[in-house]
Amino acid sequence: MMTSELDRPRDWTWWVVAYVIAAIVIKVQVFSGTGLLDTFAFLALLASLFLASSVAMAPWARAAIFVVLLMAVIPYIGLRNTFYLDVVTQVGIFAALALGLNIVVGFAGLLDLGFVAFFAVGAYTWAIFGSAQANQFLSIGATASFFPLPPDFFFVILMLTVIIAATAGVLLGLPVLRLRGDYLAIVTLGFGEVIRVLANNLDKPVNITNGPRGITGIGQPLSSVAKALGTSLIPPFKWQALIYYALVLAVIGLAIFFTRRLDNSKIGRAWVAIREDEVAAQAMGVPLVRTKLIAFATGASFAGVMGALFASKQTFISPESFDFNQSIGVLAMVVLGGLGSVRGAIVGAAIVTILNLQVLKALSTWLNGLRADGVEILGYSLANLPAQFEPSKYERLIFGLILIAMMLYRPQGLVPEKRRAHELARKAGEINISAGAKKL
Amino acid sequence: MNFSEGLQLLPITLTDGLVLGLLYAVIALGYTMVYGVLGLINFAHAEIFMVGGIVGIEVLTFGTAGTGMHPALQLLLAVTAAMLISGALAVVTERIAYRPLRLRNAPRLVPLITACGVSLFLQDFVRFIESLFGNFIRPFPDFEFFYRSVELSDSVIVPYKSIAIVLVGVAMLIGLTYLVNYTRLGRAVRAVAQDQKASALMGIDVNRMIALTFLVGGALGGVAGVLYGLQFGKLDPFSGFIPGIKAFTAAVLGGIGNIPGAMLGGIVLGVLEVLAGTYLPILTDNAVGTEYKDIFAFGILILILIFRPSGLLGRATVEKV
Repeated sequence: MMTSELDRPRDWTWWVVAYVIAAIVIKVQVFSGTGLLDTFAFLALLASLFLASSVAMAPWARAAIFVVLLMAVIPYIGLRNTFYLDVVTQVGIFAALALGLNIVVGFAGLLDLGFVAFFAVGAYTWAIFGSAQANQFLSIGATASFFPLPPDFFFVILMLTVIIAATAGVLLGLPVLRLRGDYLAIVTLGFGEVIRVLANNLDKPVNITNGPRGITGIGQPLSSVAKALGTSLIPPFKWQALIYYALVLAVIGLAIFFTRRLDNSKIGRAWVAIREDEVAAQAMGVPLVRTKLIAFATGASFAGVMGALFASKQTFISPESFDFNQSIGVLAMVVLGGLGSVRGAIVGAAIVTILNLQVLKALSTWLNGLRADGVEILGYSLANLPAQFEPSKYERLIFGLILIAMMLYRPQGLVPEKRRAHELARKAGEINISAGAKKL
Repeated sequence: MNFSEGLQLLPITLTDGLVLGLLYAVIALGYTMVYGVLGLINFAHAEIFMVGGIVGIEVLTFGTAGTGMHPALQLLLAVTAAMLISGALAVVTERIAYRPLRLRNAPRLVPLITACGVSLFLQDFVRFIESLFGNFIRPFPDFEFFYRSVELSDSVIVPYKSIAIVLVGVAMLIGLTYLVNYTRLGRAVRAVAQDQKASALMGIDVNRMIALTFLVGGALGGVAGVLYGLQFGKLDPFSGFIPGIKAFTAAVLGGIGNIPGAMLGGIVLGVLEVLAGTYLPILTDNAVGTEYKDIFAFGILILILIFRPSGLLGRATVEKV
């Protein structure tokens, strides 16, 4: 809302409420399936959350919209069609990752290109102890089948995951964070690769990760609850999906809470200070390495927690789930939404995830249809297209274009944070005191 | 595996290491030159190298195949084409993705992110083009000629392809050294690396010199791409990634921004890597297999950054305010 200081922003409360009610009715009554139009109706419903958070409206109405949509409408739609729950949960997982990376890149200005490594650390931690895998190298006493741990131990391991992932972040950060940011980018890039290679090859001499075959049969927390709730109408697996939705929602809520608090704390101020000008920050007594390490460890622990959740939701993980594309995808989400912007990270995650899950897949299906019919474009028959040609595999192209276009034309992102937008949207030619163009 | 057999492998291992090291050295020059002039790590350099390799393979597959030309001549043609295309691509990249940001004085993080974006875009773009014509994993055409070999002794048999790589690689290193140290253009580039403002005041066209740096670095990357294809027999759009990280490690090992350093670092890293790849499985009885050789370079990178961030030949820098 670009208004000057003097006019009061217009109150949009009733418009938004009307929009939300209309969206709910359309989604529940008219487009209740899973076709293309139904998906769009669902997206319109999700968009109302963003709308409610971005326009000026009465606080009670905003809270009511969030509670009704997240606690009632989406679960209701989701129980009818778990496909929607999966989409929202997927978006949620990536939104939490994006929030974590946003702390590292957006607040502290440290480019981490191997963020998925911490995600993998968390995922493997629960996968190894939450399945029979740990028996391969840990046999306690005479009982060789001490593992899997009971599924509800998940929450204990989750606490452990935070510590493990944060430690990994500190260990990686220690050698590099003393140096310039560019080194960090390439070292994290390498680290992502290292974690993948380790996951792929630690099946000999001692089988820890089960190598490229991956780990199956990972325990799902609260599965007893899902069983108890199961009826003939709504089978347990739907309840399980709902439980994951609730868990992811809880983690996102916590992540937003922590991020906001950190941003406005002494640590958050220190992050912004080193992002803007390291030398000046150091001169003002900000401990550089420690501040950077805290940012790194915080981001890593977000990713670790989400990794554990991801592993249990999938019940199967293999090294392929953690390739470079994922790291870049999360970076694209943060850059698209706006560096340093909490809402931006969530919006970016939603856009990129839905683009990948829905739009590209739909495009692939459509193209395959055209190929089967032998449609011609400019005299070139599509039937001649090699079978390898699949739009859904061109994630990197999309991510690359997002990164380049955003940085060149809208560096502050789609949903910018106020201060950052001001700083990045300076017109060319204006004096920029903090330009880091110092030659060494 | 006993001691004497291990010793027998040594000469051939060292030869392979030298060849690989030269490749890394030629790629590392591209990183180091751009870094020396702009203070920017050009992430897209790995893809420029890959594009050069693919161009070389296509020239050999569709251009010169069956013309009955001498294989060495065909290789030279492929290398020339790769130089031109890769150099041009590097210049275009700089024009589109880096120059606007430089003129705008963007924060340091911004060009890093665009560089990363360019790298991803190029990978999939090449894949897209190759997919239109079939398989995107491109085999290097088989030349019986390059597999002939010279027997120096019983245990040292050097194939022609290694000789070709060493010859072309060394020619590149000598050419670059001459260009940078003994020509007017080279002097201008060095001046820009030292102080952009002062160079501009002395009448040097700074933008042109930066473009030239990208052109030369990109051309070298392209040459390395063709040679890499010759050595390892195939390339795909994602082949740039690992050699890219390793060449960067080589540049850091020698001291980033330092041209002789990049050459030295490349050769040291190549030899170390081949030694590790050959002897680690032997020493650890296959517990640590060859699949770990890719992260071996990464370990070296971490060690350098801890103990000597300025590299072997670099000097420690102090940031002035």
